[in-house]
Amino acid sequence: MELFHKATNIRFLERRRYWYAASALLVVLSLAAVAVRGLNLGIDFTGGVVVEMHFPRAPDLDRLRRTLAETGLGEAQVQSFGTAQDVLIRVPPAEGAAAREITEQVRAAAAAIDAGAELRRTESVGPQAGRELAEKGATALLMALLFIGVYVIARFQWKFAVGAIVAVLHDPIVVVGVFALSGLTFDLSVLAAILAVIGYSLNDTVVVFDRVRERLVQMRKATALEVMDVAINETLSRTLLTSGTTALVVLALIAFGGPALRPFGIALLTGIVVGTYSSIYVAGALALDLGLSQRDLMAPEKRAEVDNLP
Amino acid sequence: MHQFPAWKSWTVLVVLLAGLVLALPNVFGESPALQLSRKDRAPFTEPALAEFAGLLAGAGIASETVYLDDGGRLWLRFGDVPAQLAARDLIQRQYEGQFAIATTFASRAPRWLGTLGLEPMSLGLDLRGGIYLVYEVDVNGAVTQLVQVMERDLRKTLRDARIQYDDVAAEGTRVSIRLRDPARHDDALAAIRKFDPQLVLKDGATPAELLTELTEDQVRQRQDFAIQQNITALNNRVNALGVAEPVVQRQGLNRIAVQLPGIQDASEVVRVLGKVATLEFRLVDPVNSPLEAERSGRTPLGMRLYRQRDGGPVLLRRDIIATGDQLVDASFAPAQGEPAVSVVLDSRGGEEMLRTTRENVGRPMAVVFIEKERELVERDGRKVVVDRSKEEVISVATIRGVFSSRFQITGLSAAEGQELAKLLRAGALAAPLYIVEQRLIGPSLGRDNIQRGYQALLLGMAVLFAFMAVYYRVFGLVACAVLAANVVLITALLSLFKAALTLPGIAGIVLTVGMAVDANILIFERIREELRNGSSPVAAITAGFERAFSAILDSNVTTLIAGIMLFAFGTGPIKGFAVVLNLGILTSMFTALVGSRALLHVIYGRRRRVERLAI
Repeated sequence: MELFHKATNIRFLERRRYWYAASALLVVLSLAAVAVRGLNLGIDFTGGVVVEMHFPRAPDLDRLRRTLAETGLGEAQVQSFGTAQDVLIRVPPAEGAAAREITEQVRAAAAAIDAGAELRRTESVGPQAGRELAEKGATALLMALLFIGVYVIARFQWKFAVGAIVAVLHDPIVVVGVFALSGLTFDLSVLAAILAVIGYSLNDTVVVFDRVRERLVQMRKATALEVMDVAINETLSRTLLTSGTTALVVLALIAFGGPALRPFGIALLTGIVVGTYSSIYVAGALALDLGLSQRDLMAPEKRAEVDNLP
Repeated sequence: MHQFPAWKSWTVLVVLLAGLVLALPNVFGESPALQLSRKDRAPFTEPALAEFAGLLAGAGIASETVYLDDGGRLWLRFGDVPAQLAARDLIQRQYEGQFAIATTFASRAPRWLGTLGLEPMSLGLDLRGGIYLVYEVDVNGAVTQLVQVMERDLRKTLRDARIQYDDVAAEGTRVSIRLRDPARHDDALAAIRKFDPQLVLKDGATPAELLTELTEDQVRQRQDFAIQQNITALNNRVNALGVAEPVVQRQGLNRIAVQLPGIQDASEVVRVLGKVATLEFRLVDPVNSPLEAERSGRTPLGMRLYRQRDGGPVLLRRDIIATGDQLVDASFAPAQGEPAVSVVLDSRGGEEMLRTTRENVGRPMAVVFIEKERELVERDGRKVVVDRSKEEVISVATIRGVFSSRFQITGLSAAEGQELAKLLRAGALAAPLYIVEQRLIGPSLGRDNIQRGYQALLLGMAVLFAFMAVYYRVFGLVACAVLAANVVLITALLSLFKAALTLPGIAGIVLTVGMAVDANILIFERIREELRNGSSPVAAITAGFERAFSAILDSNVTTLIAGIMLFAFGTGPIKGFAVVLNLGILTSMFTALVGSRALLHVIYGRRRRVERLAI
């Protein structure tokens, strides 16, 4: 079977201004969503206590909220988690209250509603530790971008590198925007997914650039725009296939991995979709507008050409 | 004919076989188990096996197997959790308090695999249930403690030298001294130098003032000391909990992470781990026989009967020479080629030590390690706090000469010396600990997590395989074989490194599988392109692999960079994800570039002419 038997010839970058506008809109919308709605940060970052309870029958959440309020946990968020029988109770960090006591209070409240309630999991993170986890996460993000930038500059030409890095910045911003809009919990695993997305999105971009590098040297008469379009078209089947297969397994993760992995999976899926778009429409377009031409490739040309590896 | 060097094919075969062997123990799965260790630290022996097998059979509890491990612990493996719990209760009733019993899981892999060093990867807390705690050590508090000891010592030194002072005050990392008479400045300097030559002394604003300040090195040393001390103490207590495979490790500058798989009672754990340890230096009774005292149950006047770590009795004087609060430092420091533990006491402890050693040269002195825990007990319907303590003699050594605050304990092996230094540090005035992170995962959630993770992996792979087989036909099947080999290799590496598999780790495997197929797609698309451009089938394969290489390398290196950053800055479960992601990138590059080429060579390499490729 072959979905792309005939080489496609789509002129992707002719109307790149529209794509710039679309990307800018996406980024602005995402940032606005974060500014207005904020992120629903998990306790990994805010500190606090999370208790997951399993009930034999779906409990009345309002009653559980009232019972919790009576024991002084009025600020607790109560929501079902995955199924109607699983309930997640989140208590914001409080001065002096020990995690153990809060867990016990929640357990007692749950038992008052249904004696068969079972404690599945509790997590408590101090506010200070939470801030540090957030700081470390941000450091990881920045360092990853930095080192990837250095690598791309070393392997390609700086115009490629700028295009790749802007495209790569674009993707996590949109993922974060989706999390702000949907109100899904943003925790450590989502941050990990975003880093994976950065690697992945760059992966796509690099494959396109690799082809551009190859074609720029071969197609001496063509303009940079034509070369770029040819390269994107030639790698299009691979780009869509890889995104498709990766999206496929991530969908399996979202569908069957349970509620704990769902935000992680959704971040990955969003990242894959946006990453595919950005490596086609954003990265190349930027390199082009930075004035990419055959001359840029004369010196370091094909430095990485295959040795005798298989 | 398709060319491919034979040594590469052999490499692939060897790597794959090694991978299969290493991954093999994971095939058998795990069963609920009990791990028993004797509280007196003696190993179990063969006869115990029959004893326990008989006990369980007598109570009608079905067990899969009973065996001993290298550490002399006894393992009982069961078909299901109810049998495991019934057996635990039975053993607890039958042998009250003799054993530490840990509920855990044991691999069903045959024992001979284990003796060959082949073990399955262990499961993380989120997959097997358990408790994860992060403690923060108040390292600055530990520095303050040290400065306060310095302040006390300086006051005493000046008093002993009959130098009058207006004030000796500790602030931050320094102690400032104000003398009454500026003329005695040099005398004070000399007295302090004599007391502790290592102190850094500076002049203050006026001639009457003197300053001493901890150097940065000393501050860091003190902070490390506080962490190490708490790690040792936590390790001791965790062992007492009877957990299988506990982990206690330093995390960053001032944190200690504790992982306790299979434990569910958080309050019990927090209580036991929150114990306070101290030390007592006492003289040994040189006359009376401890064995005699133990047998008769009567101890001589002014003496108390203690136990050593190996269980032997020893009689000690009731008077205490010095306590753990007065211990400033203890380290393993071989002297003249002989293993030795060097001990530093503060001035109060040193003074008492001087008085004692003057009168007792040639007699033995002992160190008692004491752990106290507070417990809430219900008595007559009311809750009362009870202090319990465990006392153990960790060292008996002969006093060779007169000494005060600095001395050495010799006559032990290097291993014993290191252990003693650790215990002494653990018993010194402890730097306070706080819990900053606590995660508890119930056993049922762990089981669900495993099930869901594997389900997602299997379904994801099934759909992917079906797609590849349809889309690329024979080449697609090659890709499937290579992906399967990739999963085997990741499993093998995780087992080899004894890394724990976590839920994010499983997610990492799923993601790796999805991304690993990319290398194959890049190669296959390139082959199709070459075919379209009129290359011969064999030339197309060769060109496809060669031309796709730089794209595969670049794209994998960038993902690897992101993965390494995740590993470097991630904590706990995120690290697990990063490990799998990074390993997966490396193995997938090998399997896609070398493995699939070797397999294609097997399929097409023998034919003299290849007319068409099934791609």
